[in-house]
Amino acid sequence: MKKFLAIMLAAVMLFAFAACGGNTATDGNATNGNATEGNAELLGMSESPIADVALNIDYEVPADFKIGFICLHDENSTYDLNFLNAVDRIQEALKLTDEQVVVKVNIPEGDECYVAAKDLVAEGCKIVFANSFGHESFMIKAAKEFPEVQFCHATGTKAHTEKLANFHNAFASIYEGRFLAGVAAGLKLNEMIAAGEFTAEEAKMGYVGAFTYAEVISGYTSFYLGAKSVCPSVTMDVQFTGSWYDVTEEKNAAEALIARGCKLISQHADSMGAPGACEAAGVPNVSYNGSTYDACSETFIVSSAINWTPYYNYIIGQYIKGEEIAADWCGGIAEGSVVLTGINQDVAAEGTFDKIQALVEDLKAGEVKVFDTANFTVGGEAVTSFLADVDDAGDNVGETEAIAEGYFDESAHRSAPYFSMRIDGITLLNEMY
Amino acid sequence: MKGLNFHIAKREPMVWYKNMLVRAAAILASLITSAVVIMLLTQKNPLEIYASMLSGAFGSSLRIWSLVQNTAILLCISLAITPAFKMKFWNIGAEGQVLISGLATTCVMMFLGDSLPYPVLVIAMIAASVLAGIVWAVVPAFFKAIWNTNETLFTLMMNYVAIQLVAFFLKYFVKSGSGVLEPMPQYGLPVLFGQSYLLNIIIVAVLTVLSYVYLKKTKHGYEISVVGESENTAKYIGINVRKVVIRTLVVSGALCGIAGLLLVGGTNHTVSTTTVDGRGFTAIMVSWLAKFNPFYMVLTALLIVFLEKGAGQVATDFRLPGAISDIVTGIILFFIIGCEFFLQYEILVSKNGKEND
Repeated sequence: MKKFLAIMLAAVMLFAFAACGGNTATDGNATNGNATEGNAELLGMSESPIADVALNIDYEVPADFKIGFICLHDENSTYDLNFLNAVDRIQEALKLTDEQVVVKVNIPEGDECYVAAKDLVAEGCKIVFANSFGHESFMIKAAKEFPEVQFCHATGTKAHTEKLANFHNAFASIYEGRFLAGVAAGLKLNEMIAAGEFTAEEAKMGYVGAFTYAEVISGYTSFYLGAKSVCPSVTMDVQFTGSWYDVTEEKNAAEALIARGCKLISQHADSMGAPGACEAAGVPNVSYNGSTYDACSETFIVSSAINWTPYYNYIIGQYIKGEEIAADWCGGIAEGSVVLTGINQDVAAEGTFDKIQALVEDLKAGEVKVFDTANFTVGGEAVTSFLADVDDAGDNVGETEAIAEGYFDESAHRSAPYFSMRIDGITLLNEMY
Repeated sequence: MKGLNFHIAKREPMVWYKNMLVRAAAILASLITSAVVIMLLTQKNPLEIYASMLSGAFGSSLRIWSLVQNTAILLCISLAITPAFKMKFWNIGAEGQVLISGLATTCVMMFLGDSLPYPVLVIAMIAASVLAGIVWAVVPAFFKAIWNTNETLFTLMMNYVAIQLVAFFLKYFVKSGSGVLEPMPQYGLPVLFGQSYLLNIIIVAVLTVLSYVYLKKTKHGYEISVVGESENTAKYIGINVRKVVIRTLVVSGALCGIAGLLLVGGTNHTVSTTTVDGRGFTAIMVSWLAKFNPFYMVLTALLIVFLEKGAGQVATDFRLPGAISDIVTGIILFFIIGCEFFLQYEILVSKNGKEND
């Protein structure tokens, strides 16, 4: 077996050298060339530049414990798949039986969500988790009815104003993940500029967004700032679809952006529409929610994602230990909540892995701030003060000062993002949605 | 060419118990086929899967309420499209007619909720939703009656107009940009005896009886049948076809309006582009399977909702991809619809030695 492995490794190295024949820079691959076995010409995926964070499990799960999950769509949506994968991981980590984990998929954002939550309570679930923004009101309704059950809701905004002891919101500082993914995008643009494919002034990215909503704005802005940090001349066009999941609209939007001269596409919408369009057009794509490498191996660069497993571990732990679950919980890189997939070494620029790995440490140490006011302007001027709409009272009028110590303090006043500034360099093509 | 010759011929009508026997056989065959498919695809015990389906639909009082409520809504939309389909007016716009009524209800709740006394508010909600449903149905009917436009395309397009209007409404009035409108249960329809679905169910039950009477026992119903069978006959016996078409679509749209009212005012208290969730199309199958008889529609609507609920439970219990349950639902419906063909037609096999030309 060992011998076989040695031969394989030797073969891999040989091919690595061969592949680098026409290419001067060779570093970056040697450290993480482990995914290349079985595929001669292609280098394939590297490991993730963000090291895995082990789950801290300091509790015993009783046999009668049960947790229920409500998902808007099923595994066909990259968004829901990301949650479902996290469910599988926590189930494995805690060795929960199938009876202890109840998953309901395709639950619409209406009365059906309330029915599903009640049904899960009736089945004996101690914690009910729902994954879509529009589930929130119906979860709150159920939470008021069953004070002994904990209701946790991803992406919501109301826990800190509802002040129910058993209703909680959660998110992750995914803007950091998007920033890092943006760096990969910027490096790719630099590489294409250096190769003479277009000039630095033509370096324009395209972004397919769902709604003109803070979560999306925060996402595309951090992505853009990441790219800009390495490719200062970059600009970006954003096209909105008005839906979180619409394969056709997302595909059309990506194609329209490519036709407008965008050299690289990223998206914040949950279908394979945009990555698929990029693969068909041969335009590099930075993905979201997870790897789209399998379907788009010629254009996929990297994807940021929220790993929900640490949050599941947290809520289950708190419940079992009899401790309170925070009204707002926002996991970061350190908690293992913000993750990157491996980098597709066949598409990404040289040195992407090392650059991101170094930045991860800077972000963790707080030396780099994604929304550093030194790095962006609004209407040509530096931003010194911004009132964000944190209370989400329906008025969209800011009431909370979000600029502190020279940066925009995202996800500090509540878990869901509230960055909603339109910064320079980004053009919104349709604010229709 | 020598060999067997097949041809299809219209069957003599069979006695009712034979009909029922054929249908029972079809359901049995569909269950066996889907059992085989499930076993092949998932290696699960099909009996457990069927048990899970039953539990998903009838497993608790909550599930039964939810089953009946969903049946009521689907039935209401089916009742709405039935007069039009019976008249051979292919109204595939129920989705939009219900949605626009839901939007109208939402608007009344949102903008008049505070200013009107509750009883007046409820009347305004009813009026707005019924009116919106009528407008959405009558526009294509009017064009059909006057200029003979194609109602299938016209009603289909009206769906998209309704969906986009809802999207626009959400963009404009949901200031945060999330596209999710906060529910307004305080302005909802009254809740009877603490059961939030009871009112919906009672209203639809009454509408079912009324629809039956309207279609079978009134002059209007008779005219609808005649226009459906043959427009020329209708003209010959002095029926004003244009008038019947428009009048029937007023009824159709009004019923869609009530469905929208129940969905928004009675259940969700908010609106989104997916509020109707394809039920405007599913209703066509419900109505057609029941041969446009409102009482049979209770059964066919129940069957469809049962399959949906059951399939959802299977996905939950066995953590199967949602597609598996869709496959099972598809197989069962395929057999049920297929058997209707064999009830009407028979395939005759004859040996013959003649050349085929």
